[in-house]
Amino acid sequence: MKIDSIKNGIVIDHITAGKAMKIYNLLGLDELNCSVALIKNVSSSKMGKKDIIKIDTDFHVDLDILGYVDPGATVNIIQNEEMVAKKKLELPEKLTNVIKCKNPRCITSTEQELPQIFKLTDKEKKVYRCMYCETAAKE
Amino acid sequence: MRSLIDILELDVTEIKELIDKANDIIANPVKYSEKCRGKKLATLFFEPSTRTRLSFEAAMYELGGNVLGFSEAQSSSAAKGESIADTAKTTSCYADIIAMRHPKEGAPLVAAMNASIPVINAGDGGHNHPTQTLTDLLTIQREKGRLNNLTVGFCGDLKFGRTVHSLINALSRYENIKFVLVSPEELKLPSYVKETLKKNNLEYVQTTDLDSVMPELDILYMTRVQRERFFNEEDYLRLKDSYILRPERLNTAKADLAIMHPLPRVNEISVEIDSDPRACYFKQVLNGKYIRMALILKLLEVE
Repeated sequence: MKIDSIKNGIVIDHITAGKAMKIYNLLGLDELNCSVALIKNVSSSKMGKKDIIKIDTDFHVDLDILGYVDPGATVNIIQNEEMVAKKKLELPEKLTNVIKCKNPRCITSTEQELPQIFKLTDKEKKVYRCMYCETAAKE
Repeated sequence: MRSLIDILELDVTEIKELIDKANDIIANPVKYSEKCRGKKLATLFFEPSTRTRLSFEAAMYELGGNVLGFSEAQSSSAAKGESIADTAKTTSCYADIIAMRHPKEGAPLVAAMNASIPVINAGDGGHNHPTQTLTDLLTIQREKGRLNNLTVGFCGDLKFGRTVHSLINALSRYENIKFVLVSPEELKLPSYVKETLKKNNLEYVQTTDLDSVMPELDILYMTRVQRERFFNEEDYLRLKDSYILRPERLNTAKADLAIMHPLPRVNEISVEIDSDPRACYFKQVLNGKYIRMALILKLLEVE
């Protein structure tokens, strides 16, 4: 399978196999007009299998969303067909409108225009809690 | 400008200042009777309450201020679908400080983010109730003379009991507190409160048997199984009579045990216990007014 290398853009590499579509949707890549390649189940010496997303434009990747969904992924910035920067991801301290609170007693269940804000409360266990009601997010 | 949404927004020094202020108000009420002259407290109660609303109102009147507000959602524009944010902005035009109770968790935080005046959380669903916690801390301080070196038993509904969650969080910051958590399996303390205990390396015991732990308690904090927190009436009926405190149950208790309850009670403390000198729950009710007076003064920055 041949996919052209990109000139100026982003390569999200080392995505856990199976998560590329979720990332594609959460980052809003469906709204881009440029070429976007979503490659699933690529052989990887480190990971066995991995997914890769290539975006053929200088796109601002929301590192918070990506860090939350797949902290092991890497973001490579490509300029003139060369990688000029590589970004490592971290679990974001705060997530806005990425996950929804499922607590029926939470104020966000009745006032749906409120932003869904979650805060990282336990880094080791990757626990995010709703800012309003402190209910833990479930993936 | 500051609001009070969660008890942990106050550090232990500030809590001590509030307790000291409340004790001074108790000793010298006349000194404070004009402190809030010309100020207005808005009590926005979207859920029924007797003690919390009346104590806020009594507190403001005893400070020389005035009170406006509503005591049920149906008599406000919430019944027409007005948002919390708009209610908070509107109230900011008429009052100097808000006390809000709401059945939805996080509603007072939303109000505080939108109001231009201080907001006090007067209870949000099963989540937080910081002024009840301040009331409890004042009561413990007055009854036991300290907020450290205590074995504190919580009994009843530890899952939905917001007063329990707030008090556990608050007491977690004092030295040598041991928690004894007595509840049916279905009403155990939620994981996020237990996380706080584990994070702070605090000693706690979970049990379903009140009698076996009674002799070691310095404080017994009883709670009501709350009908309004259940989606299923069957579950409520099955669990409501799990623990009823009757005089014979106190035979093995310490002579200086302090029995507390945030009230209202249904039947979990028999009325015969009211005359036992160890019963503190009506003292708690009175303390609630004094600590709210101290809090209103602090948030309105009145010296």
